[in-house]
Amino acid sequence: MAGTAVLGRLTWLSASVAGTVVETPRVKTLELDVPGWAGHRAGQHLDVRLTAEDGYQAQRSYSIASAPGDGLAVTVERLEDGEVSPYLVDEVREGDQLEVRGPIGGYFVWDGDEPAPVLLVAGGSGVVPLMAMARHRAQVGATTPMRLIYSSRSWEDVIYRDELETLGLEVVQTLTREQPPGWSGYSRRIDSELLSEVAWPASDSPRVYICGSTRFVDAAADGLIELGYDPAWIRTERFGATG
Amino acid sequence: MIVSRGFRGRRREGPPDRVPPGQYLTDDFPVLSAGPTPHTPLEEWTFSIHGVEEPVSWSWDEFRALPSEPVTVDIHCVTRWSKLDTVWEGVSVDTLLEAVEHDAAYALAFCDGGYTTNLPLEDLTDGKAWVAFGYDGEPLDPEHGGPARLLVPHLYFWKSAKWVRGLTLRDEDEPGFWESNGYHLRGDPWLEQRYWGD
Repeated sequence: MAGTAVLGRLTWLSASVAGTVVETPRVKTLELDVPGWAGHRAGQHLDVRLTAEDGYQAQRSYSIASAPGDGLAVTVERLEDGEVSPYLVDEVREGDQLEVRGPIGGYFVWDGDEPAPVLLVAGGSGVVPLMAMARHRAQVGATTPMRLIYSSRSWEDVIYRDELETLGLEVVQTLTREQPPGWSGYSRRIDSELLSEVAWPASDSPRVYICGSTRFVDAAADGLIELGYDPAWIRTERFGATG
Repeated sequence: MIVSRGFRGRRREGPPDRVPPGQYLTDDFPVLSAGPTPHTPLEEWTFSIHGVEEPVSWSWDEFRALPSEPVTVDIHCVTRWSKLDTVWEGVSVDTLLEAVEHDAAYALAFCDGGYTTNLPLEDLTDGKAWVAFGYDGEPLDPEHGGPARLLVPHLYFWKSAKWVRGLTLRDEDEPGFWESNGYHLRGDPWLEQRYWGD
């Protein structure tokens, strides 16, 4: 499918916070009620605009976490020297107002209409747009094989920890900094050796979505290419230190 | 105006004549790419100009033998970061276009990894654009587009295509990769031309 079905200008819409979910000590989900929102595809993002009382404004982009058929939610990680994310994670409560526009992005998306198996590779909060894909697959009852390889620093940093068990996809976790007692999952950074154990074989021609820091994305993408993956199968989204 | 309760902001806005609307300053150099980072060996690398009667192509050594210049510019990413006084070394697109006869109005830049971006030639000529191979006194890192990327600092930075391998000159504008995926056809940061319809 080419491009998003966005023909006119993306206008700023007023959004009210319908609920919040504390995902980890640093990460919060905001459920947004946005009259006039046209819907989105799994993997897209939106822009948030905040306005201070004196008219000062700041904008940032956030990945959409919810499935297309299930309302609108973003999940935000607090960046310590950020301008917008500390406000969204620490200050915002139900009923607060902000503005959004979107959805944005027509490439890092999965619509669930291809039979190829899907490999999702997430570093930290890079799991957010991939979660929209996993939720979409569960919601529409797609039988497409989907596997998530998810790297977090510690067990308490795992976003969507409980829900991931309920979506019917295979989840392979690695905890790179600290592991709970009795941890039987991986505990090292994602590299070609780890990927050779858990990624679909290249002969399956999987569709791959990788999201995380630049270093994480490059390590995962290079590792998959070493395993024989065609670079054209691999879609990436990288976040730098934006706040 | 919709005020967000309790939001004050940090107001790291910088000089207003250098930071376009909706942008904030960063000292980092974030990376955004739609796919894996290509690693083309220099001995296989060429830069070509197509879409003309007599196309031209430079090997890496030929390209590096062209006159180049240091360029200090501010850059602006559509994801909202701006970075001031970045220092590059590159070959002016004017220098490259002197090698061909053409009356085209547009160009489509093409890159390793399949990425493309479209630009009016007006935005590429008269000292406004370069094919850059150095950053901050060093060879350009692959993650930032090395061995060479387009540098068109007066437009949003997605127009400064990484891993650029050439230009196809055209009579008409044709959307490139991001421009087919929701982003603005031209991308002037001072007009906030971020997305379709802006």
